[in-house]
Amino acid sequence: MKTCLVVDDSRVIRKVSRRILEELGFEVAEAADGVEAMAWCNAVMPDAILLDWRMPAMDGLEFVKKLREQPGGDKPKVVFCSVENDLEAIREALDAGADEYIMKPFDGAIIAGKLDYLGLAA
Amino acid sequence: MTQNQDRAYLAEVCLARAGLHVDPDKTYLIDSRLAPLARRECFSSIEALIDALRHGADDRLVWAAVEAMALPEGEFFRDHRVFAELVEDVVPALARARDGQPVRIWSAACGTGQEIYSLAMLLADAKGVGQVELFASDLSERSLEKAQSGRYSQFEVQRGLPARMLVRHFEKDGEWFALSPRVRQMVRWRRVNLIDDLSRMGQFDLILCRNLLNQLAPEASAKVLEQMEAALAPGGALLLGQNESASRAFMRVAPDMALYASTNTARSAA
Repeated sequence: MKTCLVVDDSRVIRKVSRRILEELGFEVAEAADGVEAMAWCNAVMPDAILLDWRMPAMDGLEFVKKLREQPGGDKPKVVFCSVENDLEAIREALDAGADEYIMKPFDGAIIAGKLDYLGLAA
Repeated sequence: MTQNQDRAYLAEVCLARAGLHVDPDKTYLIDSRLAPLARRECFSSIEALIDALRHGADDRLVWAAVEAMALPEGEFFRDHRVFAELVEDVVPALARARDGQPVRIWSAACGTGQEIYSLAMLLADAKGVGQVELFASDLSERSLEKAQSGRYSQFEVQRGLPARMLVRHFEKDGEWFALSPRVRQMVRWRRVNLIDDLSRMGQFDLILCRNLLNQLAPEASAKVLEQMEAALAPGGALLLGQNESASRAFMRVAPDMALYASTNTARSAA
């Protein structure tokens, strides 16, 4: 079973994302910010990470840069999931090491489409 | 809610005008497709709209109803692996066969343009595919207008469009995402009803007609295929949707996509 780590400081978003991902056949773990997410990744790298941008402790951008420097940190497919919808911001996220980008609000079809495009159909 | 006889009448109109198969039992589908049109045209209900159609509404309104029922799903890079194969293998092979002449490609039921623009974006970035001419047609003027504008909502650009393609080929315009003029200008548009006589359309090296035949009545589907065959240039290919297949006048020429060559002109197309 493929694993996906959902990183978002909103409990509601984590819950919605979890339900969508579980329906797609993923095993889901949750983290409320970048620091928590990094602890997960240091224990075991997930196949995919759904990553919010604005979070306390460590934000999404800082997280993805750090992740990509870790041993094995190039392996997870990182999909940003943020209300930021300026193209400049999206470029910045992709340049920092994200594989894909979802603008909130999203639905199940958008998440499924992005993961399928990244070769992660569970 | 619409009555049986209303939906049956609508189905008749769709069949006669566009060869479109509408199942009169699909109440929800019919209601959800016609509700926006009824609102736009200031009818008090969908029943009132169908009643007007039945009692001598002008042609524009009749077509608007048929077009609403024919609306395709607007998704960029639908079955995305197909697009990679088109740009890496199929189009270059056609270009070599054309020997310097432009490869002519036609998206035959283009809806709001996502299919032809997906191909156009890849071709704009591809090296050495040679010259291409892109054409796109649809039954609906309304869809064509939107397609030509190249403006899509945030929701629409997240349907199948990779983020890297979004930042490369689109600009933000208020709440909208606008496709670059460079890509938009690659495509020529025209309103075409595929069950009308197409003999003056010219010939094409590649015709995309995906996920349309399944929506048509059998006679209309047969007629469209016949006309597609006539519109294929020698060595040309017809691409159908992943779950569709062509008549016996065609043979499948690719293992993992519904790409067909005419058996009359079958030379190495792909």
